[in-house]
Amino acid sequence: MDIKVDHVVDAKGLACPMPIVRTRKAMNDLNAGQVLELQATDKGSVADIQAWAKSTGHQFLGTQQENDVYRHYVRKSEPDEVKEEITFPHSVRNEELEGLLESSREFHILDVREPAEYAFGRVRGSRNIPLGELPQRIGELNPEDEMYIICRTGNRSNMAANLLTEKGFKNIINVVPGMSEWTGIVERDEFELKNKIKPIGGK
Amino acid sequence: MSEETKQLSLMKMTPHALTQIVAGQEELFILDVRNEAEFSDWKIEGENIEIINIPYFDLLDGVDPALERIPASKRLLVVCAKEGSSQFIGEQIVEAGREHVYYLEGGMKQWSEYLEPIKVGDLKSGGEIYQFVRIGKGCLSYMVLSGGEAVVIDTARMIQPYIDFAAMHGVQIKHVLDTHLHADHISGGRALSEATGASYWLPPKDAEEVTFSYHELVENEDLLIGDGKVNIHPIYTPGHTIGSTTFLVDSEYLLTGDILFVASIGRPDLAGKAEDWVGDLRHSLYGLYSGMPDGLIVLPAHFGKVTELDKRGQVSAKLGDLFTDNPGLNISDETTFRRTVTENLPPQPHAYQEIRQTNMGKIQPDEEERREMEMGPNRCAVHDH
Repeated sequence: MDIKVDHVVDAKGLACPMPIVRTRKAMNDLNAGQVLELQATDKGSVADIQAWAKSTGHQFLGTQQENDVYRHYVRKSEPDEVKEEITFPHSVRNEELEGLLESSREFHILDVREPAEYAFGRVRGSRNIPLGELPQRIGELNPEDEMYIICRTGNRSNMAANLLTEKGFKNIINVVPGMSEWTGIVERDEFELKNKIKPIGGK
Repeated sequence: MSEETKQLSLMKMTPHALTQIVAGQEELFILDVRNEAEFSDWKIEGENIEIINIPYFDLLDGVDPALERIPASKRLLVVCAKEGSSQFIGEQIVEAGREHVYYLEGGMKQWSEYLEPIKVGDLKSGGEIYQFVRIGKGCLSYMVLSGGEAVVIDTARMIQPYIDFAAMHGVQIKHVLDTHLHADHISGGRALSEATGASYWLPPKDAEEVTFSYHELVENEDLLIGDGKVNIHPIYTPGHTIGSTTFLVDSEYLLTGDILFVASIGRPDLAGKAEDWVGDLRHSLYGLYSGMPDGLIVLPAHFGKVTELDKRGQVSAKLGDLFTDNPGLNISDETTFRRTVTENLPPQPHAYQEIRQTNMGKIQPDEEERREMEMGPNRCAVHDH
């Protein structure tokens, strides 16, 4: 299955260290927040991409495997991902949203992260429109709905919440801090992975 | 070429050459460029080997962070998982002007599979016995040769080295034996017997669940090779597993499997029966081995630390010496013994349950999966860490 990304690095057939060498080079040309997919056949890339992401601060999202090809997803870190101020006045904590999920109340959850982030772990029942596409796709949403906006750390959802409210949405709530600290049930795309390598949700 | 432009180049070190360095306790500095998790799980060890870990991806901007930590006076070996990254980093270190820089041929993958055959000695009845040292993993296997025939004991997963060795020495492999159902490595016993037409022998009590046919090792029913002159005498010594069997070869060499090592003793917990088997283990060590001649040469199926290797890389000891020096043979109190072999044990070997299933023929992983399952240290002894 395909996940929408900003850039694909094809390192199939290349041995270590080339998959990481190419990823690193491609990453330099991406903007913060964009998502890169690394396609590799070298099994060593599975552990190395995670270790590399950890060492560089980029956000490792997950790996899926199709036949002999591994697809690794990494989101470029934002150097100043130090909190922008959350300006949107209406917010709930993760735990409150978790509680609402247990209730019979009718509401919507909009996840504004990148599709690859969403694919590797999301709140059950949420819908994905990445922040960058929201202005064009705003017509898909109903301004009357009670809608909880979630992202990874609360920044992108803050921007999305402000935008939607400006556009006349009446009942928008920002979820903080977001998926980075979500402890409730996580739903993810089903990937078939061989061996004991499990899909790993990113932080 | 003038002195000033002397061409420096990255050199290849074979697993054989590295084995000589480890066994000879030579000095070597190793830069391991695998990721931290792989490094902390398992690395090259040696008495005079100094090793540091900097993942290759932290050196892509330049090798200066590594150069600062590498003494210019020592031989340097760069190591990675397979070989590519060590060449990549090694070449940059050479470009930076360092001399005596090597990369490890085949990386840790090949290191974990390399077998070094070392002659243990001649047999009184005619013939010789070799130890195959799998130095990267701490596994020991054996070939007994006599009169154009051979027996292989505790075969490693890679069977080609035995086949080549037998061909080189002009012997035919007649029998393939395992001292027990292994939990730390995949036995090549069945594959080797199929490839050579040899009979495959297992202790029946360890083989109750195997899915293939085999010959039953029975105590005191000796196997003979070399026109019947050399005998392999099975002795039932349970404790590491319920079937564990010791082989006395030519009345001189005692192949103890995973019951008795040079610096430690076997652990009883890998088949999930630690409590049940403690008594068996104690009896095998303190009841059976203790009654055997001091001069027997103990040849185990593992070593724990490279310090157990002699200068040639071989692992052996006189039984009498072990009753003096081996801590596992010097626990007089039964309660203390029970505690020693059941509590505070080292972590269990990587994928040991899948390895047991594979050795029983219950699962058939492919070659790559088998290799993966065997990665890491063996940890079959009580005192490994």
